[in-house]
Amino acid sequence: MNGNHRSRAASLALLCALFLTGPASAQKQGGVLRMYHRDSPASASIHEEATYSTVIPFMGVFNNLVMYRQDAAQNSLSSIVPDLAASWTWNAANNRLTFKLREGVKWHDGKPFSAKDVKCTFDMLMDKSSAKFRKNPRKTWYENVTEVTTNGDFEATFNLKRPQPALLALLASGYTPVYPCHVSPAEMRTRPIGTGPFKFVEFKTNESIKVTRNPDYWKKGRPYLDGIEYTIIPNRSTAILAFIAGKFDMTFPTEVSIPLLKDVKSQAPKAVCEVAPTNVNANLIVNRDTPPFDHPDVRKAMELALDRKAFVGILFEGQADIGGSMLPPPQGVWGLPPEILRTIPGYGPDVARNRDEARSLMRKAGYGPDKPLKIKVSTRNIPVYRDPAVILIDQLKQIYIDAELDVVETANWFSKVARKDYSVGLNLTGNAVDDPDQGFYENYACGSERNYTNYCNRDLEKLFDRQSMESDLDKRRKLVWEIDKRLQEDVARPIIYHFRAGTCWQPYVKGVTIMVNSSYNGYRYEDVWLDR
Amino acid sequence: MISYLVRRFLLMLLTLAGISVIIFALLRIVPGNIADILADAAGFVNPAEKAKLEADLGLDKPVAVQYAAWIGGLARGDLGYSYVSEKPAKDEILPRIPITARLAGLALVFSIALGVPLGVVSAVRQNTGLDYALRLLSLSGLSMPAFWLGLLILMAFVAGTGTMPIYSEAPKSMLDSILMYAVPAAAVGFRSSALIMRLTRSSMLEVLRQDYIRTARSKGASENAINYHHALRNAALPVITVIGIEAAFLVGGLIVTETVFNIPGVARFLVEAIRWRDYPIVQNLVMFIAVVVVLVNFAVDMLYAALDPRIKYSD
Repeated sequence: MNGNHRSRAASLALLCALFLTGPASAQKQGGVLRMYHRDSPASASIHEEATYSTVIPFMGVFNNLVMYRQDAAQNSLSSIVPDLAASWTWNAANNRLTFKLREGVKWHDGKPFSAKDVKCTFDMLMDKSSAKFRKNPRKTWYENVTEVTTNGDFEATFNLKRPQPALLALLASGYTPVYPCHVSPAEMRTRPIGTGPFKFVEFKTNESIKVTRNPDYWKKGRPYLDGIEYTIIPNRSTAILAFIAGKFDMTFPTEVSIPLLKDVKSQAPKAVCEVAPTNVNANLIVNRDTPPFDHPDVRKAMELALDRKAFVGILFEGQADIGGSMLPPPQGVWGLPPEILRTIPGYGPDVARNRDEARSLMRKAGYGPDKPLKIKVSTRNIPVYRDPAVILIDQLKQIYIDAELDVVETANWFSKVARKDYSVGLNLTGNAVDDPDQGFYENYACGSERNYTNYCNRDLEKLFDRQSMESDLDKRRKLVWEIDKRLQEDVARPIIYHFRAGTCWQPYVKGVTIMVNSSYNGYRYEDVWLDR
Repeated sequence: MISYLVRRFLLMLLTLAGISVIIFALLRIVPGNIADILADAAGFVNPAEKAKLEADLGLDKPVAVQYAAWIGGLARGDLGYSYVSEKPAKDEILPRIPITARLAGLALVFSIALGVPLGVVSAVRQNTGLDYALRLLSLSGLSMPAFWLGLLILMAFVAGTGTMPIYSEAPKSMLDSILMYAVPAAAVGFRSSALIMRLTRSSMLEVLRQDYIRTARSKGASENAINYHHALRNAALPVITVIGIEAAFLVGGLIVTETVFNIPGVARFLVEAIRWRDYPIVQNLVMFIAVVVVLVNFAVDMLYAALDPRIKYSD
């Protein structure tokens, strides 16, 4: 797609957005949405956190340059619509992305929004400004951006080292709001100021978060709600009971597990519940620098020992997905299709045959029933990690691996993994955006901080760049499949399953769209309304 | 008496100083600090960011310097800042104390109001059907985990009334407050009342066999006067000791009840602060709880003397 086509596409998207956000008579104005929150987030600053505990309550305080359509369940490049940017264009070489910004937008404290704020935000994210974040977990997203320049008050340009059409996918994430220049990062952690449909009211640690309707929101007629109140209830049983008792209009998104969903449906039959993939996967991490795991046969045997269907059956009553590193279709945009997935060792339906092969590889490596390989399987000491780790240990026993569970305090888990102070582990990986540019570089690039297994394949990295630069979606998809297949064949970080989880709301809550390929991008809530 | 009080006060200070060292050391021994926890959600630890954060929070200084800074601040009334919320620790801790105090106070009232009279009745009616029923009740109170009882109560409320007695907004009136805290106070007070009931019963049984009770009876004193005036007063000392211990426990030990009923009190906050390794909050909260425990113990000792004229505190 060249620059003109992109420009036209952006204009079309703008028209669609205007149409979609136009006045609609059915919606009712007013009411406060009551929701419970699963925990007390570390801060209100979305840029400094890497959890949707922060994104969910605070996404509505902000706007992005562009965002994923909030009424489309699947995030993709084609569902990106303008937000603070009125339109965007690429240059002919596809390495300059220019945004025309909306005029007349004001921050919640009354100061005008301008291109300077865009520059400030991304300079901070790229660590180029004097103001610093306390943490900057997504700095790597902008490694291809050389600088952000402005032209007047209402134009900002991202200058790239090489073409990267999917930069828009990253900018559309709930993780990428525009921050005001005139507010310090410290203030943004405690009293965030945005341009969004809801204004921050208060955040009482361990107690509640409140946002209220922004009457001066630039999108006329939005939001419908007068406000949103999040009561922090870390105990899941109490929270679900409170929802059933009608104390809340909505559960915390994607926090209702499959077994709990049955309880909700039986005790609150009128509640509307949706189960969707969260784009979080459970994966096997193997320290490939430590003997005997430096031996490819041992790693391959472990991959062949996995019975993924058993994991899905036990933990999710069959309601989870099996795939490669990208979320599987149809919800996932880039995931390996079943016909390719089946051809990858370990993914075939005949588990017994896979394990026979695994045992012969283990025997070749010097292990057997009389001489099992004794290891520890390390994992975080929380149920979503621990439960699959126990099943993994049981499955590894089938191939002469006698494993013991090593539970690690949350505070020490990632530092332990980063030090490579483990041999085998079970880890969870969440993807903010269903786009290969996020997942491949973060998890599999040589030297990446999140590349826990130290997998490094320079040839494959060239393919990472190729797919990233490719603007033809079909060609890009084929490249992505090729990469994903190679990653699984190389046992880079075997993916065991992709999570699914439920969200429920009372029948009078309208306008909620649960996104099916991300848990980070659908919480603007400007279109949500209460029919009561 | 005055020299006893002075000695006791100095001993209290010494105890608190010892506790401060233990809390401080234990927190540093536990692996991981706030920087590790903050990095946790990001899925990796950036060594440069971690070092900067540690330097900003003074965690890179020698442990002795950190301890001196904390104690110095405490002496000046400066509790420092929460590492997580970045608000003054005082502003985070103080609003939570009345919440826990109300819950603990109501739970204590409930446990005394239920435990003492039922303990007396159980002793007076020893080996009758009523005694067996009360002993069964007290045994169930002691053996039922608080979280299970709390959840059962919540489920019963949801099933029976369609509502739920959990904390969702600060109560606006005294009546609101009592209504909001009554159910959790009953849930936590049930265990304490069972303990008090059993202790009152055994203590009463011992006293009721004494010669002076027989003498009172032979002088024609009424059963109520014997049981409540003569016997209970003498049986009260061990019960008061337990009530004191329970009162101290309730200030910091309500974690399960506060979690199940979603009450934003001290105990739940403390556990969260420990999870975040939020040293200023943990250190100061534990010190506060220690002060309460020490003061309650002191008050109980003073109460002994008030209840039993034979006890006198002197040099």
